[in-house]
Amino acid sequence: MSPVFYLISAMTVAGGLAAVLLKNTVHCALALTVAFAGLALLFLQLDAQFAGFAQILVYIGAVAILVVFAILLTRGSETPKDGVYSRNWPIGLVIAAAVFSVLGWAVLQSARVLPNETAVPKVTVLDIGNALVGRYVLPLEIVALLLTAATIGAVIVALHEKEGAK
Amino acid sequence: MIVWMDQFFVLLRNWLVGFLPVSLQGFAGVLLSVVTIVLLFPALFALAVWLERKGLGRMQNRLGPNRVGPFGLLQPIADGIKSLTKEDIVPLSADAPVHFLAPVVLVVAVFMGFAVLPMGRNMVLVDMDAGLLFYFAMGASTELAVFMAGWSSRNKYSLLGAMRAVAQMISYEVVLLLSSVAVVMISGSLSLTKIVEAQNHYTWGLPHWYIFTPWGLAGFIMYAIAATAETNRSPFDLPEGESELVAGYHTEYSGFKFALFFLGEYLAMFSISGLGSTLFLGGWSAPFSFLTWVPSWIWFFSKLMLSVFVFIWMRGTLPRLRQDQLMNFAWKFVLPFTLLNLMVTALWRFMGEGWERWVVCSAILVVVYVVMARVSLYKEHIRPRRYRYAD
Repeated sequence: MSPVFYLISAMTVAGGLAAVLLKNTVHCALALTVAFAGLALLFLQLDAQFAGFAQILVYIGAVAILVVFAILLTRGSETPKDGVYSRNWPIGLVIAAAVFSVLGWAVLQSARVLPNETAVPKVTVLDIGNALVGRYVLPLEIVALLLTAATIGAVIVALHEKEGAK
Repeated sequence: MIVWMDQFFVLLRNWLVGFLPVSLQGFAGVLLSVVTIVLLFPALFALAVWLERKGLGRMQNRLGPNRVGPFGLLQPIADGIKSLTKEDIVPLSADAPVHFLAPVVLVVAVFMGFAVLPMGRNMVLVDMDAGLLFYFAMGASTELAVFMAGWSSRNKYSLLGAMRAVAQMISYEVVLLLSSVAVVMISGSLSLTKIVEAQNHYTWGLPHWYIFTPWGLAGFIMYAIAATAETNRSPFDLPEGESELVAGYHTEYSGFKFALFFLGEYLAMFSISGLGSTLFLGGWSAPFSFLTWVPSWIWFFSKLMLSVFVFIWMRGTLPRLRQDQLMNFAWKFVLPFTLLNLMVTALWRFMGEGWERWVVCSAILVVVYVVMARVSLYKEHIRPRRYRYAD
């Protein structure tokens, strides 16, 4: 646990907290981007280049933009002065805590289940590529098919309705 | 002597670093390279601005800058001093922190891209295993900076410009990525130094650049279109269309913050040209085998400046697209053709050496291009025009 790790984690947690607590919705989205960037840096610090860069490319380059677009293109993007807080936030807190504890439990258990993994694994981008089109080609194809179906569905939803087809 | 010239900057860095204690040498070497990049490209920016104003002036039959220094060469310095001394105006209703951060984020993200570009033999700052991925990750981050600038200004022109810019950049980024994937499929590596080395061979004195293959030529053209749109250059400069949007997302920026946006735009142009020449034009390798004695960095920067000149040339030549034309062009023509190019590349990879693959791959690309162009022209009802008033 180096000081760099603590700096990055502080940044990530601060970004996440700001995303929840800030009043302006666009500020929240930007704070969420900071949290994404912090996560990417954590991946890079663990020497996982592919995961880190994919995190930046997908989350900062696409998901954050999508969130921002969704905020601006839907009605009521002008937020009230005192912010938007759901009345049942304690339930959300309980669910978040439950998810966090399950994940934390799973991570802590992994040391007992896999006792022989002592050395840091050396995984290059080439290995990930080979695994994706070799051993995991079926899941990859299924995900690709699912995404294609989703894209076609989105196009059909967005299509102009023909005259007299109502 | 040839090796000495070729490796001049590497040797210079090592010589300078040699004065320091061993424990500091690694850090100092990196620092020196970073400082060089941060100084060199803004200098090139000044030169490119002069070239653009002069070149555009000539194309439009006027002189361009000609008062400051010989041939107006010192004009960029005068402009720099002017923008430094100007008042920095932030609109009263603007979101001050985001307004301040936007140009900073943009310039930082653009500068990061230069870290993985091989500018000569052994002249790359970080030789990353996933260099191409890093480059695109940094390129994707600039979109957010553009949005931040447009939204925080609280100006309808800024916001409209930013929305246009982001929509355009997202659409063409897909093409940019997919056209580069073809190169990765053939070279088998995401590392930019390895991609250059894979092209650095010669047959009959001619180089094995990827642009000299059917899929490479098609990929390069698609890459060039996407690169022009990514950098918001004419004919894809709708986000800054001054007749519609004043200045687009940087309408409310003045003084040095505006200069930072200007710098960011040109640096993005340099880095995307550098990536294009690395992927398709052989990076730092010489165009003929008898010219390999010329230092590698000269070739890299020549290719970069040539691309910049083509950007300027297009700006002086082509009219601006309409927003719907822009989107239709991206999604209905460029993207399908790039996807087809991926399949042709795979075919090329598995057909093995020989003349058959040249014929088959070229035939597929040409036939599909002609059919797609004819069909879309037919759908748009574009026919040869006949003017009757002079009959």
